[in-house]
Amino acid sequence: MRFSALRILKEGLTGNRGWQAHWADATPKDRYEVVIIGGGGHGLATAYYLAARHGITNVAVLEKGYLGGGNVGRNTTIVRANYGLPGNSEFYSHSLRLWEGLEQELNYNVMMSQRGVLNLCHSDGQRDAFARRGNAMRNQGDDAELLDREGVRRMVPFLDFESARFPIHGGLLQRRAGTARHDAVAWGFARGASARGVDLIQNCEVTGIDIADGRVTGVQTTRGAIRAGKVAMIVAGRSSQVAAMAGMRLPIESHVLQAFVTEGLKPCLDHVVTFGMGHFYISQSDKGGLVFGGDLDFYASYAARGNLPMAEHVMEAGLALMPMIGNAQLLRSWGGIMDMSPDGSPIIDRTHVEGLIVNCGWCYGGFKAVPGSGDVTAHLIATGTPHPVAARFRLDRFATGRGLMDEEGTGSQHNLH
Amino acid sequence: MRIDGKGRGIDHSRVLRFSFDGQGYEGVAGDTLASALLANGVRMVARSFKYHRPRGIMTAGSEEPNALVTLGRGAAQAPNQRATVVEMHEGLEARSQNRWPSLGFDVLAVNDLMAPFIGAGFYYKTFMWPRAFWERVYEPAIRRAAGLGALSGVAAEDGHERAYAHCDLLVIGAGPAGLMAAWAAAEAGADVILAEEDLAPGGRLLAEAEEVDGIEGADWAAGLARDLAARPNVRIMTRTSVTGAYDGGTYGAFERSAPGMAARHGAPKGCFWRIVARRAVLASGALERPVAFAANDRPGVMMAGAVRAYLNRWGVAPGQSAVVFGNNDGAHRTVADLQGAGVHVAALVDARTGVECALDVPFYAGAQVTGTSGRRGLEAVMVATAKGEVRLAADCLAVSGGWNPTVHLACHMGARPVWDESLAAFLAPEGAVPGMEVAGAAAGRFSTRACLASGLEAGLRAARDLGLPVPNITAPPAQDGRYDILPLWQVPGRGRAWLDFQNDVTVKDVVQAAKENFRSVEHMKRYTTQGMAPDQGKNSNVAALAVLAAASGRTIPETGTTTFRPPYVPVPVAAMGAGARGKGFAPERLTTSHGASVVRGAPMIEAGLWYRPSYFPRAGETHWRQSCDREVAMVRQSVGVCDVSTLGKIDVQGPDAARFLDFVYTNAMSKLAEGRVRYGLMLREDGHVMDDGTCARLGAAHYLVTTTTAAAGQVMRHLDFAAQVLRSDLDARAISVTEQWAQFAVAGPNARDVLAGVLDEVPDLPFMGFGEVRIGAVAARLFRISFSGELGYEIAVPARFGAALSDLLVARAEAMGGGAYGMEALNVLRIEKGFITHAEIHGRVTAFDIGMQGVMSTKKDFVGRAAASRPGLMEEGREQLVGLKPVGEIKEILAGAHLFDEGAEAVSANDRGYVTSACYSPTLGHVIALGFLARGRARIGERVRAVDHLRGSVTICEVCAPGWVDPEGGRMRG
Amino acid sequence: MRLPCPLCGARDIREFSHMGAALARPDGGDWGPDWNDYLHNRDNPAGQTEELWYHGQGCGGWLVVTRDTVRHEVRGARLAGEGAGA
Repeated sequence: MRFSALRILKEGLTGNRGWQAHWADATPKDRYEVVIIGGGGHGLATAYYLAARHGITNVAVLEKGYLGGGNVGRNTTIVRANYGLPGNSEFYSHSLRLWEGLEQELNYNVMMSQRGVLNLCHSDGQRDAFARRGNAMRNQGDDAELLDREGVRRMVPFLDFESARFPIHGGLLQRRAGTARHDAVAWGFARGASARGVDLIQNCEVTGIDIADGRVTGVQTTRGAIRAGKVAMIVAGRSSQVAAMAGMRLPIESHVLQAFVTEGLKPCLDHVVTFGMGHFYISQSDKGGLVFGGDLDFYASYAARGNLPMAEHVMEAGLALMPMIGNAQLLRSWGGIMDMSPDGSPIIDRTHVEGLIVNCGWCYGGFKAVPGSGDVTAHLIATGTPHPVAARFRLDRFATGRGLMDEEGTGSQHNLH
Repeated sequence: MRIDGKGRGIDHSRVLRFSFDGQGYEGVAGDTLASALLANGVRMVARSFKYHRPRGIMTAGSEEPNALVTLGRGAAQAPNQRATVVEMHEGLEARSQNRWPSLGFDVLAVNDLMAPFIGAGFYYKTFMWPRAFWERVYEPAIRRAAGLGALSGVAAEDGHERAYAHCDLLVIGAGPAGLMAAWAAAEAGADVILAEEDLAPGGRLLAEAEEVDGIEGADWAAGLARDLAARPNVRIMTRTSVTGAYDGGTYGAFERSAPGMAARHGAPKGCFWRIVARRAVLASGALERPVAFAANDRPGVMMAGAVRAYLNRWGVAPGQSAVVFGNNDGAHRTVADLQGAGVHVAALVDARTGVECALDVPFYAGAQVTGTSGRRGLEAVMVATAKGEVRLAADCLAVSGGWNPTVHLACHMGARPVWDESLAAFLAPEGAVPGMEVAGAAAGRFSTRACLASGLEAGLRAARDLGLPVPNITAPPAQDGRYDILPLWQVPGRGRAWLDFQNDVTVKDVVQAAKENFRSVEHMKRYTTQGMAPDQGKNSNVAALAVLAAASGRTIPETGTTTFRPPYVPVPVAAMGAGARGKGFAPERLTTSHGASVVRGAPMIEAGLWYRPSYFPRAGETHWRQSCDREVAMVRQSVGVCDVSTLGKIDVQGPDAARFLDFVYTNAMSKLAEGRVRYGLMLREDGHVMDDGTCARLGAAHYLVTTTTAAAGQVMRHLDFAAQVLRSDLDARAISVTEQWAQFAVAGPNARDVLAGVLDEVPDLPFMGFGEVRIGAVAARLFRISFSGELGYEIAVPARFGAALSDLLVARAEAMGGGAYGMEALNVLRIEKGFITHAEIHGRVTAFDIGMQGVMSTKKDFVGRAAASRPGLMEEGREQLVGLKPVGEIKEILAGAHLFDEGAEAVSANDRGYVTSACYSPTLGHVIALGFLARGRARIGERVRAVDHLRGSVTICEVCAPGWVDPEGGRMRG
Repeated sequence: MRLPCPLCGARDIREFSHMGAALARPDGGDWGPDWNDYLHNRDNPAGQTEELWYHGQGCGGWLVVTRDTVRHEVRGARLAGEGAGA
C-alpha cells in the first residue's frame, strides 16, 4: 500500500477500514541467504538496503523483542554530519545525504527536520577546534558555519549570555543537521524491507552462532535453528554477548546514557543546541516536549536506566545554558545502552569467521548513522568488500594503531570515555 | 456548587480571590484551583491536545489529565500546572492553555471534525511532498498546533533548592497504610521520613466518609500524624512527591512550598531532595481508572473517587444531577455520598449483574453507559440497560472502572508489574526495588482495614530488618469495604471512546494500530502516543493495554506493559537543577593575584575552572593586540611577570619515588640529579601524549611534578592509579599541592635583577636548576625554567603569600620597564619558541608526532610504551608537528585551517593536516603558526596552502621547523 | 548507586569515577595480543563484574568493586592496591 494524502482522505471517508499492516510478521524459514541478528534501526536498514540496492531478499531479521526496541527507539533523535576526522567525516556525510531523501525512498514520513545543529564554544581554544572541525566538514562537501557570539545570539537569544559561568564565544552551525522521528525510521525501514520480501521475525532471540570450518553456517534461536550463508551481528547494546557466541571478545564496553523530555510546550526552541562545557544538548520535538540529554552515567551497565547524579547534572546544565526552561517540567527520563568502542567510533567489518559480519561500537552516535550504516553494511554483506565511506571502520585498528578515530581526544582505550 | 456545612478540608470563612482566564472568582482556604472552579460552577477548563475538545476536571489528584493550566507571568510563568493540586491563595491567576483565541471559541477545534483523517499515525503517511515543504509548511503548522502551555521565554525565577537526607525508613505516602508503617517503625526507634504528596497526611481518608478507631478517618489520620511529627525520629514531609527510585536505596523527591511561603518567609519555592533510605515502604495508594465509552471526555464526566473527594473534603458538588457508573462497589458508595450531600442522583449504573443496591436510587444492574451528550459540558447520559437504552439528564457522571495500584516507583528499576486476575490490576513483583516493600492499596489491599493492617506489617518488618526491637502495635478498627470488581475496559458502540484523554487517543486508534501490526504494546504506545502525555498513562495505560489485548487476541499478561520511568510526577527543571544558574554552574578557582589582575583592568578568561588574565591594558591601548605585543616585547627585551599557579603541582615522595616517576614519564627521572629540573612527557596507556610539564628533584626521595592547567586533575588521578593499582609494589605516594603554592614566572633578560630585589639572596642556578630560597621569613622555591625562551625563573611561595609576592614582583618589574603579562602574550611567546600546549597535544598525538620520540626511553617500562610501539603510531605518513609562516600575498593564518599541497583542491581526499595555533609575532614582525602536516618533518622548506573555508581564508605557507626565536636556546640558558 | 569505600564507608557515586574492568597490566615488553586485550578487548559481562573505581572526591583511593551490571547491585569493594586482580 502506498501512503499518500489521497489515501488518508479515502480511508477517512470510508471508516479507516482499509489500512494494512506496515510490515508482515514472518515465521522463520529453515535457511536464508543472509541472517541479520538485531531488528533495530541499523539491522532493519541493512535488510532494506540489501533488498533495495543489491536485490538480496532472502534475508531474515531476527529480533529478540520488538522491532526498533533498542536505541533507535530511545535516543534524542539528532541527525548531523559534523565530524572532524577522516573515516567518520565521509561516513556521516554519506548518511546525512541518505537522510535527506529518506521519506521519498521509503514512502514513510520519518519527519527529518533540518532545523540546524548549533554547537556552542566557550573559549578561543574551543573555537579553533571547532574551526578545524568545520573546515573538515566543508572539505567533505557538507555545510558548516562558524558563528561569533552575536551570530549565536541572533539564532537563540534566550541563552544565558550575560552571567554564564562559561560565556558563549560562538558556535559551529550545521544547517542541514536536525532531528527525525526516531520510531518512524525503524518502522519505515521495516515496512520497506518487508515489502521487498525480507522476513522480519520478532520475539526471536539468537542463542548460538553455528560455525563450521571457520565459516558461519547459521544461528540457533529460541524459535529453532536457522541456516544462513552470511550472518550479520547488528546488536548495539548486546554486541559483546552475541559476539561471544562466535568466540569473539569485542573492544566494547556497555554504558548507560540517559535522556529526558519535558511536558509538551508551545514552540520555543527551533534548533538543536549543544553546550559542550555542560555536556548538554537540547531540541524541541514536534509534540512540544523539550528533549535533552547529557553525558554517560560513566559506569558499565546493561540496565536501561540511569541514576540521579547525572540526571541532576543535566538539569543543571540546561538551566545554566537556558534559564528560561526552569519552569518546564521534566516528564520522563530513560536510558539506553551504548556500545562504547575504545576510540568512540564504530566498527563495521568482517570477522575471523568467514561470512560473519559485525556492526557495533556506535557509542552515543548511532541514530544519525542508521541509513548510512544500513547502506554500507548491506554493501559489505553483498560484495564482501567495505563500502568506500566505511573503509576505516575496521576491527583491527586498535591492534595496529592505524586509523584511530578519537574525535574527542580523550584516548583510544576504555575507561577514558 | 459549594455545599453548606460540608468540606472537612476547607475553611468557609476565609475567602480567597482568584482569577481564571481573566474572570474573577472566590474560593476558600483549603481549596485547590480545581475545587474552587467547581464550586464556582466552572466546568470547562481546558482543550485537549490534538482535537482541541472541551475538557473539564476529571480527578482530584496529581494524575489529572485534563485540567492543566498556566499560572503566573513572565519569570514566574509556569505552564501545565494541574488545577487539582494547585493550592488556592489570594490573587492566584490561572489561564487556560492550548486554545486560540479563547477557551470558549478555539479555532483548532476544527481538528475534531477532521478526526477521521488525523487518527493514529496519520502523519507518517503524508506530508512528504514536495520534500522542502516539511520544514517550511507542514512541520511549523504541526508544532504550533501541538504543545500545551507556553514558557514565557524569559529566564525563570530562581527560587529552588536541592537537599539531601538520610533515614532508616522512607515511607512513601501518608494514607492509612503509610501512617501505620511510619508509626510502627518510629515506635521501634527507626529514623523515619514520611513523604506525602498532598498538603496533609490522610490519603483517601481525607476524601471518604468513614471512621477509623471510632472517629472520622481524617481526624484519626491527623491525630496520628501529630503524634508522629512530635517524635524526634520522624520527619513528615508533606507536599512532597517521591519522584523516582534509584540504585542503592536512593530516592528523588520534590517538595513544594505552601503558596506564599516563598514570598512571606524567603523560603525556597520548592526543593529537590535526594533521599537515601535503608528501607522503604511504598504506600502510594491506587488510582481510579475510567471506562472507555463514547464521548467519555465531556466536562462533567469525573472519576467517582474524585466526586467523593470534592464532596467530602472540599464541600463541592460537581453537579446538580448526577449519574454514577461503575463496575465495583465504589459506585454505590459514591451514590451514598452524593445523596448525603443533597445532590440528586439520576441513576446508579452498575456493569455487574446480580448485584443488589441498598440505596434509594434508580438502579440499573448489568447496564453500561454508552454515550454522553452536551455542548461544552455534560447534559445527558445514554445508558444501555437490559430493557433498552435510557437517556438520563445529568451534568455530572461519576465513573469508576476500578483501581490501579500505584506501583510506579516499585517498577522504576526495571521490574515489570504482574497481572492479578482477581483484582483486574497490575501489582508490583516482590523485590522489585531492593529494600522496598509495597503496602496498602498500592499492594492491592483496597479496604481501609486491609490498608491499616498491611501498613502495620510493612512497618514492623522494616523494623525487624533494621535490627530494631519490634513494638507491640495493633491496627485500629476500620471499615472493611468490598471491592468485587468486574473488569470493564470499553463499552462497545459507535463514536469515539477516549483512553488517553491528554493525547486524544481513542479505542479506535488502538484497534487501528493493532491492525497495522503495531501489536507490541510498545509499538502501539509509540504509534498512537498512548500514555506519552503529561499523565504518562496513569489514567489510561491499563485500559489501553486491555483494548490492545482484545484487538490482538491475547490476554493482558501476554500483551505486556510499557516501562515505568521517573519522575512519577513532573518536576520543574529549575528544581532538579537548582543552584546551577549563572556562576553557580561550576566552581570558580581564583589565583592569589586575581584581585590585582582585575584592578589592572585585565579581562579574566576561563581556563578550566580557573580564571586567568588575558592581558594588562595600559593607557592608550585600545586593542588587545597592542597590549599583547607590548607584553611580548617587554619579556623579550626587559622582564615580565606571569602568574602560573594554575599549573598542576604534584608532590611525589617515597623511597621508590624515582622508580615510580620512571614508570609514569617516558624519560628517566631517576637519573635526574637533586636540585635539577627536567622536561617530562607522560603518555596515556594507549600510547598517546597525555600531558607534559617539568619534574624537579627536590631531594633523594622527593620530587615535584608540574602539569598543564588543563590536565592537572587527570594527571593526579593517573598518578594515583599508577601508584595504587599498577605499581603498588613501589613505596611512593603523590598528592596535589596546586592550591598550596602560588607560583610566578619571571622571564626576560632582567629576570635576575627582579629576583635580586625580592629574594634575600639569588642563588646561582644553572638552567633547569632548582633551589630553596628565602624572602624574609618566607621559605620559597626557585626553579630556573622558561616557557618563553628567555632567561626565566619560576618562584613559588605558600599560597597565603602569593598576593604579596605578586605585587612585589610586578612592581619591581615595572620599575625596570617590564611588568605583568597575560595569557595572550604567554601564548605568543611559546609559539615563537615552538613550545606546545594542549592545542597541540590534543589527545590524538603521539610523541612521534611532536618530534619527541627521542624522549621515550628504550631502557625501561613506562605507561604507554607498548601501545606507542604499534606500527600505526610511528609511521612516517602521520601528521607531524611543524611551523608555518605565510609567504604569499595573504599574511594571515587561522588556527583551524586545513593544509593542502599547493596545487591541490581543498577537499577531504587532499587533506594533509591542520593549523593548531597561530599568532602575530611582534618579535618577527609576521604571523607564525604551529600545525600538523603529513610527513611534515620531511617537508620543511616546502610550500603548502592553509585553507579556512569557514572564514574564507587561503594562505600560502612555508613549512618551517617549529620555533623561530633563538632556536639554539642560548637566551634561556644564558 | 552507592559504593562501600573501605576507607570512607558507603558514599554516593557522585564522589567516584569508574575506570572499567579490573585487569592485570601485562608485564612491560612490546606490543602484542596481551596488550591489545588489556587495552581494548573486553568480556563486558551482563552480570557480575570486577571493576575499578576512583574515589576522587573522597580519599583518593582506587577500589576494586564487585558489581552487577544489570541490577547495579554492589557486592563489595576493596582497595586496589591490596591483593591481586588489579
